Amino acid sequence: MSGVEYLSPGSVAEAVKALQVEGARVMAGGTDLLVQMRVGRAKPRVVVDLKRIPGIADIREQDGAFIIGAAASGAAIGEHEGLRKAWPGVVEAANLIGSTQVQGRASLGGNLCNASPAADSVPALIAAGAACVIAGPKGEREAPVEAIQTAPGKTSLAANEVLVAFRLPKRAVYSGDAYLRLIPRTEMDIAVVGAGVSVTLDASGKCVDARVSVGAVAPTALLVEAAGAALIGSSFEEVALAKLEAAVAAAAKPISDKRGTAEYRTKVAAVLARRAALIARDRAKA
Amino acid sequence: MSRKVVNATVNGEPVEFLAGGGQSLLDALRDELRLTGSKEGCGTGDCGACSVIVDGRLVCACLMLAPEAEGKRIETIEGLADNGHLHPLQHQFLEHAALQCGFCTPGLLMASKALLDRNPDPTETEVRYWLAGNICRCTGYDKVVRAVMDAAADLRQEKPR
Amino acid sequence: MSDGNQPPANLKVVGTRPIRPDGVDKVTGRAQFGADFHLPGMLTGRIKRSPHAHARIVKIDVSAAEKLPGVKAIVTGAEFDVGAGGDIEAGEHAAAMKDVADNCLANGKVFYKGHAVAAVAATSPEIAAEAVDLIEVAYEVLPHVVDVDAAMAPGAPVLHEDMFTKGVMPKPAKASNVAQKHVMGRGDVAGAFAAADVVVEGRYTTAAVHQGYIEPHACVAAWGADGQSTIWCSSQGQFLVRAMTARILNLPLSDIKVIPAEIGGGFGGKTTVYLEPVALALSRKCGRPVKLVMSREEVFLASGPTSGSSMDIRLAATKDGKLTAAEMTLRYQAGAFAGSPVNLGCMTAFACYDVEHLALVGYDVVSNRPKVAAYRAPGAPMAAFAVECAIDDLARKLNIDPIDLRIRNAVKDGAKTVYGATVRHSAFVETLEAVKAHPHYKAKLGPGQARGVAAGFWFNIGGESSAAVHVDEDGGATVVSSNPDIGGSRASMAMMAAETLGLPIERVRCTVADTTSIGFSGSTGGSRVTFATGMAVVEAAQKVVADLKRRAAQTWECDVAHVDWKDGVATCLDPSKDVKPLSLKALAGKSARTGGPIAAEVSLNAQGAAAGYGVHVCDLEIDPETGRTTILRYTAAQDVGRAIHPAYVEGQLQGGAAQGVGWALNEEYVYNAKGLLDNASFLDYRMPVASDLPMIDTILVEAKPNPRHPYGAKGVGEVPIVPSLAAVANAVSAIVGRRMTSLPLSPAKVLAATRAS
Repeated sequence: MSGVEYLSPGSVAEAVKALQVEGARVMAGGTDLLVQMRVGRAKPRVVVDLKRIPGIADIREQDGAFIIGAAASGAAIGEHEGLRKAWPGVVEAANLIGSTQVQGRASLGGNLCNASPAADSVPALIAAGAACVIAGPKGEREAPVEAIQTAPGKTSLAANEVLVAFRLPKRAVYSGDAYLRLIPRTEMDIAVVGAGVSVTLDASGKCVDARVSVGAVAPTALLVEAAGAALIGSSFEEVALAKLEAAVAAAAKPISDKRGTAEYRTKVAAVLARRAALIARDRAKA
Repeated sequence: MSRKVVNATVNGEPVEFLAGGGQSLLDALRDELRLTGSKEGCGTGDCGACSVIVDGRLVCACLMLAPEAEGKRIETIEGLADNGHLHPLQHQFLEHAALQCGFCTPGLLMASKALLDRNPDPTETEVRYWLAGNICRCTGYDKVVRAVMDAAADLRQEKPR
Repeated sequence: MSDGNQPPANLKVVGTRPIRPDGVDKVTGRAQFGADFHLPGMLTGRIKRSPHAHARIVKIDVSAAEKLPGVKAIVTGAEFDVGAGGDIEAGEHAAAMKDVADNCLANGKVFYKGHAVAAVAATSPEIAAEAVDLIEVAYEVLPHVVDVDAAMAPGAPVLHEDMFTKGVMPKPAKASNVAQKHVMGRGDVAGAFAAADVVVEGRYTTAAVHQGYIEPHACVAAWGADGQSTIWCSSQGQFLVRAMTARILNLPLSDIKVIPAEIGGGFGGKTTVYLEPVALALSRKCGRPVKLVMSREEVFLASGPTSGSSMDIRLAATKDGKLTAAEMTLRYQAGAFAGSPVNLGCMTAFACYDVEHLALVGYDVVSNRPKVAAYRAPGAPMAAFAVECAIDDLARKLNIDPIDLRIRNAVKDGAKTVYGATVRHSAFVETLEAVKAHPHYKAKLGPGQARGVAAGFWFNIGGESSAAVHVDEDGGATVVSSNPDIGGSRASMAMMAAETLGLPIERVRCTVADTTSIGFSGSTGGSRVTFATGMAVVEAAQKVVADLKRRAAQTWECDVAHVDWKDGVATCLDPSKDVKPLSLKALAGKSARTGGPIAAEVSLNAQGAAAGYGVHVCDLEIDPETGRTTILRYTAAQDVGRAIHPAYVEGQLQGGAAQGVGWALNEEYVYNAKGLLDNASFLDYRMPVASDLPMIDTILVEAKPNPRHPYGAKGVGEVPIVPSLAAVANAVSAIVGRRMTSLPLSPAKVLAATRAS
């Protein structure tokens, strides 16, 4: 790769400045970018490595909410006990990205901004109601995760904006989340389908809030509001779960490709959403 | 071509090498430092043959840029044996015949070391999932998993907890 | 050694599990594989490849690339001089050298995405890559065909205008994609089917799958100013690389020295050349060493997978389960050039069974895919998939235990195979019985689980091999092998030498020699090395022992007939002599005074490789809502003759089974509508990873040591992939409730079948 310049800014402001250059690409863990460079799909002139920015890979708890640095590795996320307890679905999704080796590098920021429809952490983050903290030349802004991906490989971030962190809200008492994906093997595959569900229950076990998101069934991960609505007010009875399945299947607009057929993806998205809903419910009760 | 001087520690020794901005750590290890024990099976992080440990974390050297190594502590297969004394993992891989062609072996050993560094008593399932990023096409993994489990037992005996 | 001679008992080294002689190099990163060599002034080579499935090359313009600073040489197929072509024997197949050359660098047409068109050598990888981009190739894109049945259909795009189906009389008037029709059989098949109590039939398909060795092809070639050149490469046969490279570049064999590197897996896929003639042509052009290494993508695109297939099968049997007749049509993809292993598919299909009436037809079919290469028991696993599934159907239909049904029909010594050989030293029945007695076969299955059983066969081969044994002055020994060590063969070579010499294994080392340092040998393949090269090692060691006895007799001034050799020590049996025994060490120490260095080299053409039989048992479960399969338990049993190093034999069984599980469940070459390979990466090719598999139990059946080998060895490497496809498929079919006939058994396929039944 001739002529690629490597920069490792020491602050967000420096990173934003470095991105003014034509052909600059942000790198967090690099587990997608380096592959794309290797196969010639990405030809950046400048690689802006975020990892030397203080705090960019930190995970902090703040009054019950969590701030996850955009470059925090999957391994670090998995090792954070407080986060694991509060957001097990987000953590399990982050930990499903690639191998142990990839976990040592891959980040939530990269997983989102690479904008693959099959990114594992994205449906879990959307279900969790996570927000992105984005820095640009004019300062910081926030946006919900579901507003970032716009098409495969495309995001709503301006070329000189940097995703700095994710903000996960404080959990209600009876709440839980879960993420499931289908791959033909047990590891090392890209999701054929993924489903993230986050629920909040009342003391009686009735669902008072629910968010359902599915991945790899549309150009971007989908927030399926009708699926969440199917659960709200229910106690996860068969009828509600069938409605959730129908809503997911209706929302899914997958393609057939080397990783799976459209028909299969649609069916399995519904199955996984139901299973994830039940796991989230059990976690909420625990 | 913009090549930068990189200073890092490799297997306990300070090293200095020139790295291109887009060059992988694997290429730097193999071509600049001539440490060819780390192998390229895919170059895209899918086989684990280039597994090395950077600041205590297992990574694929093909998925890290060489200039990122600045100031980092890197462990490769060449440093696994201690002054010519085989690590218990190396010993058990040989005892179990846990290698056939031996090409994936350096990566498997480094991945196994990273596992045992943090989990001295892994279950078979934990070993299998931890090593899922290291493809071996020869052995069917049976003897590899047994070797790692036995090496873990050896290490536990060496360092009673 | 003749039939009926039993190999010696009371062995001290053979059958033990010592650490392999090259082990420490392999666990410390010191072992040098193909891409690990570096020479001063070495250039990086890179290959320009076709983006099309099928196209005519109108023009190759290298002018811009040539002008790029740092570019030292560019070659195209025009550099090759293969003349009339002809064949080179490559182990289990004969390689048509014109096709091998055209596959290394295209000649007028490209036949698949990734087909090599030109190559450059430059002073850095970056410059080489840029130069490849600067080479302009004008193509006339042609219609393509990738499916084997579609390629045989009338009106299919024809790849080779000069391909007229061989084996058909009279010669067809029109060119087609069917390179050859193979017909074999015996008896009255129609009559037997008419008289059958029960008939089962099916149509089966398998996808093209890759060998999946982790080391990409790699070589360094250095042309000398005197025309003598050296090649370092990772291959299964240094002599084969020499022969093919010499033929393609029209050079004398003795002007090329091929030094075998350690080889990072091959499974048959490294029994041809892709890079070596190209690298040497580049080096010849610029006078500098050139390294060529494939990327993983190139390995998938342009090196050999094995054939995808489509097969029709019918079995006839009596109601008590005796197979009476079978007919089968096999259609195998050859890839871009003729030469699928369909003939081997026909030969092996029913080799496990005693079937009186047989009719087999095989079609070797070209299509716009990379040329297939050998892959572990080439041609056999697909055929066995169809046969073993059909036999499973028969067992169900007749309500007979699947192992009992196979025992009922198992081939026994003395039977004639359909290809004319007589079965000898077979332990198929013993292997089936061993499985039946194994706890796995008796274990209860949980709800939603099923068990699959299947068998498999491979010929195993012998052939030309050379080896030398050198006794060192201090009483140790070095074995020089002629075969690249792909899975631990240095260990078995050293063990057989140690056993014969009477030395402890630690005193025997083994090295793999280059083409100038040992006599000719066929490649590492066909499960032949432990048998054939092992035989050469043992004979060389026996010569050394004879020499040592002679020297002892000379020392003692007695008749050599009175010298006994045991456990590395010569003892004088002549009661008139009052002498102390002489150890190998003592004799080696004074070799200068007893006739000079003690060494022997043996070259032979080994005959009598006995066939091997395997039986696999697989338990699995399926997620009924997603179609995902989980393998729960697996046992592989095999007739191994005698295991020289049992741990490495077990490893062959385990590795073969794992490859077969991948073939059965997930692996496949996926093509898009343009005929382009869509999954040329480990990520999307989906080979089994550690968490996909359970432990794989093995049963080494040593009931029939091969009397044609000094220590009873049979080849063991290839058999274990053969039964695994059907073992998995039979279990999946049992759960799904209908016969699954198409591999891979992907979750989508299984879910669709589950819902349909």
